[in-house]
Amino acid sequence: MNLAGYAGLEAPSADIGGPAQPLLIVRDLRKHYAVRGGPLRGPFGGPKQQVKAVDGVGFDVAKGETLAIVGESGCGKSTTAKLIARLVDPDGGELVFDGLGVARFGGMALKDFRRNLQMVFQDSHASLNPRMPVGEAVAYGPRVHGLSANAARERAHALLARVGLAPELYAQRYPHELSGGQRQRVNIARALAFEPRLLILDEAVAALDKSVQAQVLNLLQELKAEHGLTYLFISHDLHVVHYIADRVLVMYLGQVVESGPVEALFSHARHPYTRALLSAVPSMDPARRTQQSPLTGDPPNPINPPSGCRFRDRCPMARQICELRVPVMRLTADGHGAACHFDPAFGEPAALDARPLA
Amino acid sequence: MTAPLLSVRDLSVQFTGARSASALSHLSFDVAPGEVLGLLGESGSGKSVTLRTLLRLHPVSRTRVTGRVTVDGQDVLALKGPALQAYRGGVVSMVFQEPGLAFDPVYTVGQQIAEFVRAHEALDAAAARRRALQLLDRVQIPQAERRLDAYPHELSGGMRQRAMIALALACKPKLLLADEPTTALDATVQIQILLLLRELQRETGMAVIFVTHDIGAAVEVADRLAVMYAGRIVEDRPVADLLAAPRHPYSAGLLASTVGTQHRGQPLVTIAGAPPDLAALPAGCAFAARCAAALDDCRAAVPPLERQAGGAWACWHPVRMPPGAAR
Repeated sequence: MNLAGYAGLEAPSADIGGPAQPLLIVRDLRKHYAVRGGPLRGPFGGPKQQVKAVDGVGFDVAKGETLAIVGESGCGKSTTAKLIARLVDPDGGELVFDGLGVARFGGMALKDFRRNLQMVFQDSHASLNPRMPVGEAVAYGPRVHGLSANAARERAHALLARVGLAPELYAQRYPHELSGGQRQRVNIARALAFEPRLLILDEAVAALDKSVQAQVLNLLQELKAEHGLTYLFISHDLHVVHYIADRVLVMYLGQVVESGPVEALFSHARHPYTRALLSAVPSMDPARRTQQSPLTGDPPNPINPPSGCRFRDRCPMARQICELRVPVMRLTADGHGAACHFDPAFGEPAALDARPLA
Repeated sequence: MTAPLLSVRDLSVQFTGARSASALSHLSFDVAPGEVLGLLGESGSGKSVTLRTLLRLHPVSRTRVTGRVTVDGQDVLALKGPALQAYRGGVVSMVFQEPGLAFDPVYTVGQQIAEFVRAHEALDAAAARRRALQLLDRVQIPQAERRLDAYPHELSGGMRQRAMIALALACKPKLLLADEPTTALDATVQIQILLLLRELQRETGMAVIFVTHDIGAAVEVADRLAVMYAGRIVEDRPVADLLAAPRHPYSAGLLASTVGTQHRGQPLVTIAGAPPDLAALPAGCAFAARCAAALDDCRAAVPPLERQAGGAWACWHPVRMPPGAAR
């Protein structure tokens, strides 16, 4: 099905930078939230605290790839998504979409950027207007962007049919009349109504039952091939990430700790946190049950992250250097990198630095 | 086999009101002392309703319960007043999915555990507090003394779930009901809680019913798995057997559609369609409409859950055993 040539709404910006230009470049993205003091702390009581939700995150998304961001709650993966979609204003950093700076002089206007980028959220119910039939919800965006009502409806019906919801049965229904899986299909159709080039899927299959999750994952793979889409796939489910992603980014307390091609990262994880995440996945084999937990304790509070390496107080390998110096991401030729002083790809740091923690 | 600790026979639960729905239809299963049963199913399959019925938590005015439930010889559905109070928490206890909601936010964790202990046993306040401290230690909460005086919101998610488990175990129940206890937790915390539950179960010898939609989590703790669909158990077998060769097409489909490392690069196997409306269950097998192997007889009558060597399954045309799996 070709939906590109509809009249009234000009086609989204064509491929500008050529195939080698990354579709999206994110540089040094930062978002710090001020924390309000406790009930007993007055306006002058104590220093102002900040949650560094996203602290210097940078990566490229190549055209046509699926980049997954994984991490535990509070690691900043969803905030990163919202910053990229500009649903939240960043405190620092820049976005370059297909070679054009976003919302800068001479670059791309925010309105055009948002047409090129759409988002699907975890909560399929909260992200749909409860008082709008789903057919209208899908048609709404294109109509606002200048398509005639008839053409928008036609387009919405075609998209609903494509995601597996017969429009004659479903277009007039309200969100509460659909199941979770069906609502998520509506959300996907709505995102595609703009013919976006980048789709951000923020835990888009996390709330679905397993059998429905498989259906939606298949649909996403088909749509990606049909429309030449690029996905930014945010998830905490490593099985799903391994299935769908080409490249993976692991985040911990607002920073990227490891990134690389999916097979390399899953088979030769170089950051101890990634290794812990991977071994925390249940084994699915009653004869080989997990005997020991890879980590103790919960993810720490992002208000006061530890000095040096933020993972050091949960890390089984931590040495003095981890307390003193912030590890930088070091990449190998295959594009796989980790931010760890003890990255096995680079050998041990100098003996002096490897003294145990005080 | 020893006499079962829990025996459920022909249990049906209907929610009545403007619309009535059959949440459970003729459920029958046993749990032996010290056994861990994993109850697996998707949303709406009746897993949580089963647990809540075992604790008699459904409002009487809007629920019609028929059938028989016995725990340790007691007829649970006939319990009243003080006997019911003693039963809840004393014999059967529950851990909920969201510990943030299960605790009262205005009392400290220590107060809540101590109150619970004193409701069941004749202890003075100091002794109850000591017991609470022991319990927090037992579930491996670091600095337990300090955490005793913490309010629930001051604890992290994993810590709250540990405290919830401490509360549930405070009066040494014979049966612990765990309703998706790790679903809301992060992966690295989830595995810690699963390991803790397994350890405590071995130490105390209590029986556990572990409800989850996550097969991986169930496999980590359960001896036996019961798969539920539309308010019925469709397959009930030892965990290794069920994983190796599911006999009910729904269990097979559920296993096949669970994403694993081997699936990369190929489309996932899915179960077409959606579960039936519980207000209007079909006459025959509830899964027939989605089942590739369904024939006319499947739509005519509900298949019974037949116990046989190696477990039980409710299907007129079960999946054939692969030749290798001789069980």
